[in-house]
Amino acid sequence: MTTHAEALLPGMPSDAALSEKLTAPVGPAQRWLRRSLVVTGAITAVFLLAMIYTLITGIGTWGNDIPVGWAFGITNFVWWIGIGHAGTFISAILLLLQQKWRTSINRIAEGMTLFALAQAGLFPLLHLGRAWFFYWLVPYPATMGVWPQFMSALTWDIAAISTYLTISILFWYLGTIPDFAARRDRSRGRARAVYAIVSLGWCGSSRHWRHYKAAQLLLAGLATPLVISVHSVVSTDFAIGVLPGWHSTIFPPYFVAGAIFSGFAMVITLVIPIRRYLGLKAVITELHLDMLAKMTLLMGLLVTFSYIAEYFIAYYSGEWAERHMFFEVRPLGPYAPLFWTMIACNCVIPLALAFKRVRASTIALWIVSVLVNVGMWIERLVLIVTSQHRDFLPSSFGIYHPSTIDVTLFVGSLGFFAFLFLLLLRFVPFIPISELKEMKREIAREGAIAERPGSDVAGV
Amino acid sequence: MPEGVLAEFEDEEALARAAHGLRASGYRKLEAFMPFPSEEVLEALAVPRSRLPLLVLIGAMLGGALGYLIMWWTNVIDYDVDVAGRDPHPWPAFIPITFETAVLLGGLAAFIGFFALSRLPRLWRPVFEVPGFERATSDGFFLAVAADDPQFDAEQTPRELRERGSLRVVSFPLEAEVV
Repeated sequence: MTTHAEALLPGMPSDAALSEKLTAPVGPAQRWLRRSLVVTGAITAVFLLAMIYTLITGIGTWGNDIPVGWAFGITNFVWWIGIGHAGTFISAILLLLQQKWRTSINRIAEGMTLFALAQAGLFPLLHLGRAWFFYWLVPYPATMGVWPQFMSALTWDIAAISTYLTISILFWYLGTIPDFAARRDRSRGRARAVYAIVSLGWCGSSRHWRHYKAAQLLLAGLATPLVISVHSVVSTDFAIGVLPGWHSTIFPPYFVAGAIFSGFAMVITLVIPIRRYLGLKAVITELHLDMLAKMTLLMGLLVTFSYIAEYFIAYYSGEWAERHMFFEVRPLGPYAPLFWTMIACNCVIPLALAFKRVRASTIALWIVSVLVNVGMWIERLVLIVTSQHRDFLPSSFGIYHPSTIDVTLFVGSLGFFAFLFLLLLRFVPFIPISELKEMKREIAREGAIAERPGSDVAGV
Repeated sequence: MPEGVLAEFEDEEALARAAHGLRASGYRKLEAFMPFPSEEVLEALAVPRSRLPLLVLIGAMLGGALGYLIMWWTNVIDYDVDVAGRDPHPWPAFIPITFETAVLLGGLAAFIGFFALSRLPRLWRPVFEVPGFERATSDGFFLAVAADDPQFDAEQTPRELRERGSLRVVSFPLEAEVV
């Protein structure tokens, strides 16, 4: 009897077969990987040059000016952090909820989180201008005689982002140790030495597994509230300001929903080519893609609801500036094309995922996932730029145009992200082999229970 | 463990049955090696619950307290700035960072605590020399009995392991395979 759960690992391959295939799955795809590394490496080099130019010359190289003091830099920061959240959602929250479908994709998702955080962290540093003074934001014993202002969300950001980065790295590394050990045991020479060191002598001892499971569950339990709190803190960067369109208590849930929305879309964007070009369709199955698509649809509906709620409150408040922002500036002002693209990509297009035929088609699913991320990036930009360029006093209204460096930095961050991700595919076992074996046992056990006569457990 | 015998089993059920049997015979210094955490085996060996949750709780509470203390001392005691007449001790504003520092120190406690309790890193141990042991990380299931276990006997113990379904028994540090 094929249960829903058995569709997660069709054929139920043996442990040896799983180890054989997954310890080093990149073998046959080497040349494709090498070429991609060269291309993304080149983009990363251009990225680095643009960063150096910004640091030497200053923020004048960006399009930022009065009244729009935050634009591409902060948009990129918020967008990348948002993407990172889905990785943590998949590895931590779905672990606590015991959702089996997370197993094949959780390490890819965690890797995505780490590299997204790496991109996100660069932009707040760069946007300081004198980025080398970033440590002034931390309460260290200084001779300047002042301390950071902890009533400001910007200092909350420092704590939230650095905590999130640290916990993500720890959680990811801990989870990879048994698989690094598996790779060690299948390697020779220098590779073996490297994997031996990073796996720290792991030998699968029962005592170690006990502590390991406890550590994983505890880190997952700690990472779960981080998903909510970190993007809430990022949203308060805007919400504590008085600008129309920013100063709203809906921002924390609005941002968190948007983050998980764009993050799941990015997971789909990455996973579809991976399973195809690395021959992993038996481990990342159509069922996984179906679940990812459903989550994306759900979050898209939540985001749409947030927009509606935001609009209702702006109207109901009776405030001139709020109504002006939501009903005139955004849909009808100079950035209207961006606004309507955002509505199309975030609210309308994801509705296609309600149809099984769309979810089952990998091409359609991939296109929808890319458009969702485009829409979410535009949402951040629209939010940030429109609220600044037309706020309260008409004599202060202005217009923002991005500079070449702005665009280069954004495209560069995409290239750097891809470069890091390709390195992960090459060197790190990105399908969690030991977890898959555990899941296989659980599925078999549930199947055996369901098949027992008199059992009323429906196929899971 | 520095010396003893290592038995290989076909799968985790066989390993769990053998472990159960040996514990019933009075063996206590047992350790299993497997590619994933099988609950059956862990229960059969009666591996005690980890003390990590307690360490993490302590770490988290310490982290939260430290974060709040730093904010309180810098912004309320040492250099309190009157910002538009706001409360000199704005504790709601201190909540986000307190939460984050609690999570940070809790997470670090979980990570470092795991290594401390497992006594890792330890890049070599005598069982690594046994040929075929590298399968412990892919599809092998092993059970080790320490030589200083009170029930251990150089001839009796391997025989018991054989009777309980092991595929082969090797003593370590490496000598000739026990027949």
